[in-house]
Amino acid sequence: MRLLATLLAGLMLLAQMAVAQNGPLRLEITDGVIEPLPYAVPDFVAENGSAGQYASDISRLIAADLSGTGLFREIPAKAHISQVTNFASPVQYADWKAINAQALITGAVSVSGNNLEVKFRVYDVFAGQELGSGLRFKGTTDGWRRMAHKVADEVYSRITGEGGYFDSRVVFVSEMGPKNDRKKRLAIMDYDGANVHFLTDSSAIVLAPRFSPKGDQVLYTSYETGFPQVFVLDVGSVQRRALQNQQGTMSFAPRFSPDGRNVVMSITQNGNTDIYTMPISGGTPRRLTNSPAIETAPSFSPDGSQIVFESDRSGTQQLYVMPANGGEAKRISFGQGRYGTPVWSPRGDLIAFTKQNKGRFHIGVMRTDGSEERLLTASFLDEGPTWAPNGRVIMFTRETQGASGGASLYSVDVSGRNLKKVMSGASDPAWSPLQK
Amino acid sequence: MSGWTKAVLLVAGMTLAACSNNDGLFGNDSASGAGSGAGAIEPGSVNDPTSVAYFQQNVGDRVLFLVDQSTLTEEARMTLLAQANWMLENTDYVAVIQGHADEQGTREYNLALGARRASAVKEFLVSRGIASNRLNTVSYGKERPLEICSAESCYAQNRRAVTVLTAGLGS
Repeated sequence: MRLLATLLAGLMLLAQMAVAQNGPLRLEITDGVIEPLPYAVPDFVAENGSAGQYASDISRLIAADLSGTGLFREIPAKAHISQVTNFASPVQYADWKAINAQALITGAVSVSGNNLEVKFRVYDVFAGQELGSGLRFKGTTDGWRRMAHKVADEVYSRITGEGGYFDSRVVFVSEMGPKNDRKKRLAIMDYDGANVHFLTDSSAIVLAPRFSPKGDQVLYTSYETGFPQVFVLDVGSVQRRALQNQQGTMSFAPRFSPDGRNVVMSITQNGNTDIYTMPISGGTPRRLTNSPAIETAPSFSPDGSQIVFESDRSGTQQLYVMPANGGEAKRISFGQGRYGTPVWSPRGDLIAFTKQNKGRFHIGVMRTDGSEERLLTASFLDEGPTWAPNGRVIMFTRETQGASGGASLYSVDVSGRNLKKVMSGASDPAWSPLQK
Repeated sequence: MSGWTKAVLLVAGMTLAACSNNDGLFGNDSASGAGSGAGAIEPGSVNDPTSVAYFQQNVGDRVLFLVDQSTLTEEARMTLLAQANWMLENTDYVAVIQGHADEQGTREYNLALGARRASAVKEFLVSRGIASNRLNTVSYGKERPLEICSAESCYAQNRRAVTVLTAGLGS
């Protein structure tokens, strides 16, 4: 029954994608099973001697991005009939039609010193025409992965009509050691697990980092004073400061407002946890909820007007929505089990959450009024969803059970398809906005 | 001053014990110390009723909770009553009460739940006469389990509040 719901949801998603673009190039759906769109990306042309390795690496990474979505299937080079040896030469459509490549991506790479230039074109093979116009990106050789991600984002957008998400990063908690003495450090990486950098050492427990809307700052919780406290860290300089330091309180579960000026978070006083807001620049936290229940995990709507959060005021953890300046909260979760860690989609249409029911954990999504709940995953322990910048993919923490159990990052399409592991020894992911 | 003397004796005792287990000059080791006289007790050992070790083992430094609960059980109240009496006697100690949760729950909720548990312990101790400025609380949520199996036998030990003492008010 759930599988059917998931498939139907997948159908609806892809139907929207097919409508979003014009012309015959579209993602095929047969018998309720989504057929990934076949495409070819022959190795980009190296326009000078030192560009050879980059041309190959960039083409392979573009293919990894596209095929990694589960929506596209690459036709391997050994099946190609035409060889692309000159970026300017006309495309031999018949050769690509013959191997059923619906989309063709050609490109060229040139290197001069540390400077790297990538240009590319996308073709709708069966329409016999270019899809959009050729584009050129300039950067440096050490940023070649980002340039490949930018090309893949552009291709993805042109074919699906959706925004891309490949040129993005993820901040997370790197975990080492046994369960009862786990060492945790903040780390940042590309969305695909490449380029891991540590932002803190492991001398204090750190939890649940969250990006600022520009991606240049990270809010997180640290025990470096001995008590959990919200810190803000500059990603570039790795400088950090405690956001507030009220004696006898704990603060955690922080998130930025969409304009980046304010923070919402939980503060615990005398054992009671409520939601507060304060300017990122500092000041006195202002209370938004006032009940003896546990109120935590606040997340703004993308327009900044509302906050979704979890509360056990009804007796169990459930999801509520309230105005951003506080006031009456409306319960939106009514299914069986407990609901926590709600996160508003960047598109504004859905709320992702963790659900606990009958000893299992799920990542799910629902509309912002609580309707159309769909569970995307099930395991011993899944929690803490975060949205890709285009609102189509969710990353989360999966912890395996037992004495040797560990945490990993997984991603899943919002349709419930394409579940895959992104990184082992990691938890609490937060996806950045698309990089500029 | 007497504390200093005792400390020196303790170090000497340990050195001698390493040489000969039969040496009775400085009293028995903690494992066989039940019948020994007051003068033979190693300060800071489990036989020293003013020690942290004694508090941990003989008074009981922790209480356990039911699933998703912060209400004190009858057993927990008995333990906390003993803790309160001990702290009333040993006024040079302060305590941080650490609240913990088992792994069945989301990270944020478990932090808040651990805080509730620590706070419940603090309120009980204050109600029994301990000055609230001697008691601090902190929650570790599910970050520091004691037992690491994924079964109720471990979970039950992890849903705990631990009273961690430090000599704090200057003796």
